[in-house]
Amino acid sequence: MKIKYFFLSVLVAATFTVVGGNAQAAQAPIKQVKSAKGKVSGANVFNRLLKKEKQRNAPPPEDGIHDPANDGTHVLQPPLIAYDGLPKTEFGNYVDWVKALNDGLLKPRYDRFDPTVEPLVMDLDIVREVKASMPDVVFPHKPHTQWLHCSNCHPKIFIPQRKANVINMSAILLGQKCGVCHGKVSFPITTKSCTKCHSKPKPADWKPPKSEASLKNPWR
Amino acid sequence: MFKSALIGLLSMLAVLVLPQAAQAEYADVVINNYADAAGMRPAVFPHWYHRIRFRCKVCHADLGFKFKAGGNKITMAKIIDGKFCGACHNGEISWSVENCGMCHSGIPGTPTQIHGSTVQRLVAPTYKSLSKPKPAK
Repeated sequence: MKIKYFFLSVLVAATFTVVGGNAQAAQAPIKQVKSAKGKVSGANVFNRLLKKEKQRNAPPPEDGIHDPANDGTHVLQPPLIAYDGLPKTEFGNYVDWVKALNDGLLKPRYDRFDPTVEPLVMDLDIVREVKASMPDVVFPHKPHTQWLHCSNCHPKIFIPQRKANVINMSAILLGQKCGVCHGKVSFPITTKSCTKCHSKPKPADWKPPKSEASLKNPWR
Repeated sequence: MFKSALIGLLSMLAVLVLPQAAQAEYADVVINNYADAAGMRPAVFPHWYHRIRFRCKVCHADLGFKFKAGGNKITMAKIIDGKFCGACHNGEISWSVENCGMCHSGIPGTPTQIHGSTVQRLVAPTYKSLSKPKPAK
């Protein structure tokens, strides 16, 4: 794996480097290929460019952002200990936080002093029709209000009015609208999490809208 | 000439270090607004640890933390005054500020970021890795 990363890095480096270090960068991959097993090129692998996490939920001293030379780092709790017994998912922290809360496995405080304060939960689903073929989006207020306060989203991020909010995946991926939290702290946008929002199937007679270019095509 | 060579070398070094992605927990926030300049390690905030104990509302509505890594301009003076982290890290709800190394535990030079965010994964990793790349044999 490390070799693959190295390959990648050298490739990128070669494209980025202007002058210095170019010769070094260019030489490195040749030597690496020669050291590969047998005569077959070591480059024929699956998912050469796919970045995979080497270790999920790494303990702080090994996670790459905490400094192991710092004494306090070793006092910090490793996440896996805390996640024991919590429901799992395939993305983010690999913990289903909403399910854990609903199952009563977690009891996070809603008020920082008083553990008995109950959240102001609103159970209202908002359906947003999606133009393209993806299932329509259902936004459930319930799990959101269990964690957050109305003022966290309204009116700054989402105008509380029908059809007043323009939302698209580009904006979300760049950290706006839903992306203010989703993709940073709450569950991220991966191919495994699409259906968490896009959860309402289109009606049986639904057909994708035809594009202008296709409708105006004189040869159709 | 020398300048461009230096930039080239630096960018190569940076690129060599970058692809070895850090494996920190999703949503860990590194805050390095002032820490490096003050000779401290950057502070690392683990969202996962805090959301087990508190709901988002406590910090993001009651305490006024903005949804932006590094966007709150937190200083130790504010914390000691009971603002931001200091609202709990005061020896009453949680341990007090004399445990410097518990927060200031990041690798020096790590830029402000929210780790594992979509933007970070899509655009470019901005963090430095612990593990050094293998030298070419």
